[in-house]
Amino acid sequence: MTTDVKNVELDDDSKKKVPLVQVKNLRKYFSVGKQKLKAVDGLNFDIYEGETVGLVGESGCGKSTAGRTMIRLYEPTDGEVLFQGKNIYDHSEKKMAKIRRDIQLIFQDPYASLNPRMTVEEIIGEPLTIHGVVKGKEKKKRVEELLKLVGLSPEHINRYPHEFSGGQRQRIGIARALALHPKFIVCDEPISALDVSIQAQVVNLLKELQKEMGLTYLFIAHDLSMVKYISDRILVMYLGKMMEFSDSETLCNEPLHPYTKALLSSVPIPDPTIKRERIVLSGDVPSPINPPSGCVFRTRCPNAMEICSSAVPEWKEQKPGHFVACHLFW
Amino acid sequence: MGKLLEVKNLRIDFKTYGGEVHAVRGVNFEVKQGETIGIVGESGCGKSVTAKAIMKLLASPPARYKEGSITFNGKNLIEASEREMERIRGNEISMIFQDPMTSLNPTSKVGVQIMESVLKHNQISRKKAYNHALETLQLVGIPQPEKRMEQYPHEFSGGMRQRAMIAMALVCQPKLLIADEPTTALDVTIQAQILELMKDIQKQSETAIILITHDLGVVAEICDRVVVMYAGKVVESGTVLEIFQNPEHPYTKGLLKSVPRFDMDKSVPLSPIIGSPPDLFSPPKGCSFYPRCDYAMKICKDHDPEPEDVGNGQITACWLQHSMAKVMNTHTATNVGGGTKR
Repeated sequence: MTTDVKNVELDDDSKKKVPLVQVKNLRKYFSVGKQKLKAVDGLNFDIYEGETVGLVGESGCGKSTAGRTMIRLYEPTDGEVLFQGKNIYDHSEKKMAKIRRDIQLIFQDPYASLNPRMTVEEIIGEPLTIHGVVKGKEKKKRVEELLKLVGLSPEHINRYPHEFSGGQRQRIGIARALALHPKFIVCDEPISALDVSIQAQVVNLLKELQKEMGLTYLFIAHDLSMVKYISDRILVMYLGKMMEFSDSETLCNEPLHPYTKALLSSVPIPDPTIKRERIVLSGDVPSPINPPSGCVFRTRCPNAMEICSSAVPEWKEQKPGHFVACHLFW
Repeated sequence: MGKLLEVKNLRIDFKTYGGEVHAVRGVNFEVKQGETIGIVGESGCGKSVTAKAIMKLLASPPARYKEGSITFNGKNLIEASEREMERIRGNEISMIFQDPMTSLNPTSKVGVQIMESVLKHNQISRKKAYNHALETLQLVGIPQPEKRMEQYPHEFSGGMRQRAMIAMALVCQPKLLIADEPTTALDVTIQAQILELMKDIQKQSETAIILITHDLGVVAEICDRVVVMYAGKVVESGTVLEIFQNPEHPYTKGLLKSVPRFDMDKSVPLSPIIGSPPDLFSPPKGCSFYPRCDYAMKICKDHDPEPEDVGNGQITACWLQHSMAKVMNTHTATNVGGGTKR
């Protein structure tokens, strides 16, 4: 496995050729009474092996739904997700169970995502039992290794979640996700519930683990400065649709989409000497049950034109590797 | 500018089944008229308890004001009776809470809730109170205020609810506004709106603001002075420029270093503060930051440092600022720290 990782790192071209995950026209609608809530409405992007793709957007933009649909916790309304070239939605339940070894999820709330009545050994050992990997003493040994890997003491193995702090619980969640040597991990706001000094600990851990184990991440968050720090590429979503997708440097330094620009200028900078003109978006995110016609962002867009209300902007590669959906770039 | 509020050596304990929690352990700070101060710190550091103590909103028991004074406009609030407090709350000091959904009354119209405090504190007609509430809603940027007055909180979005909360807090033109994590529950674009609104309020009114937050970016943007709290104590305070540019306390330094900046190199790992905050059931005898501190020395373990003025009104509670420690150069101090920690 380590050799694979090295190859990926050394040979940039071959890395570009094998997307580990390909999302094609993914849609997920929920029924709300007689209406449809379009939580995710047409996602198209690739994630390459060993990279981190950041997924950002405001609450209700469908980023968590996208993450959960991509690992088939939800059945999609339409579209495909190819994992290692195969559509995961075509697999039978049995086959899917096998594939779930390679795809794991880290949850946002470390207080709600660990069963309070299970010990750490049971929590981290559960995936090992379910997939019949190891049993008995060997399982215990493996759990202890995992605890060490995420920076916890193996002596904690018989403790219950309430005996840990938030940051430590998130480490337990990470250990559980790593138990089966996954290839792809969806991190659904893994640090939002943690204090700043602890956030940095967890982000450093995630980065180290990625280097060591060659993991691929989809990192969902709303904190843009943290997303920029951890991601290779960033996808910006708004009301279930993709707005902009590019490598993180370009996205943050030369954003094209007005929404990305506004998002970036909304982030308060911890430096009192910096004074800047902020783009303040008026109003709130419209309801995804009844989204605006044409471009979904037009109701809050400072650059909205006539065409924006009638036509949906096309997803276009404006510069190599820099995609944007906005009429300004037609 | 005159002194509006002075908190002196405030100590608050909570009685629990597990024993006494020493939530606030000697907090000192002051607020001048019209200024904005930020109280920052991690969860559990006592910042919200301090804020609620100023409003006397802590239920007692379990809370116990053990020591200290809170002087507002020359009056010690700790000794004030409940009736006196009722006259002050919402009128002279008001508060905005973190979660606008749970702090508004869901069964009563927003307009009525805003009018309530006007009617309580002033001898005016309902009509006048209504107009006053309407003006305040306009001031906080709520469109169609006439219609909004008649609506219930569930008909408001998160950002609008927070605006309504701010309107409610400002309607009596208080001298002091305490905002407890006012933007934490909001999205960044909405947070930006609320921050702009708070800046407008600063400009337009004489109201002093205490902003409690864990977001250093928010502090840098709107505060004049910063109070950094850790484990129930103030570890450092000073002007926003001093704190961000010349932090002296290792905890402040650590906090500032642990947030990524936009211009940061990705290959450099973030420098988190190792470990987690101490248990306030039995706080450490010496400096409470000692177990996590990179510069910890022998004295830190057993003796709590006194706050020292390090110039420009910046106050730091750290042994490194002691006149004896300054004689030793920083080189030795770092070495000692490295030795004791690992």
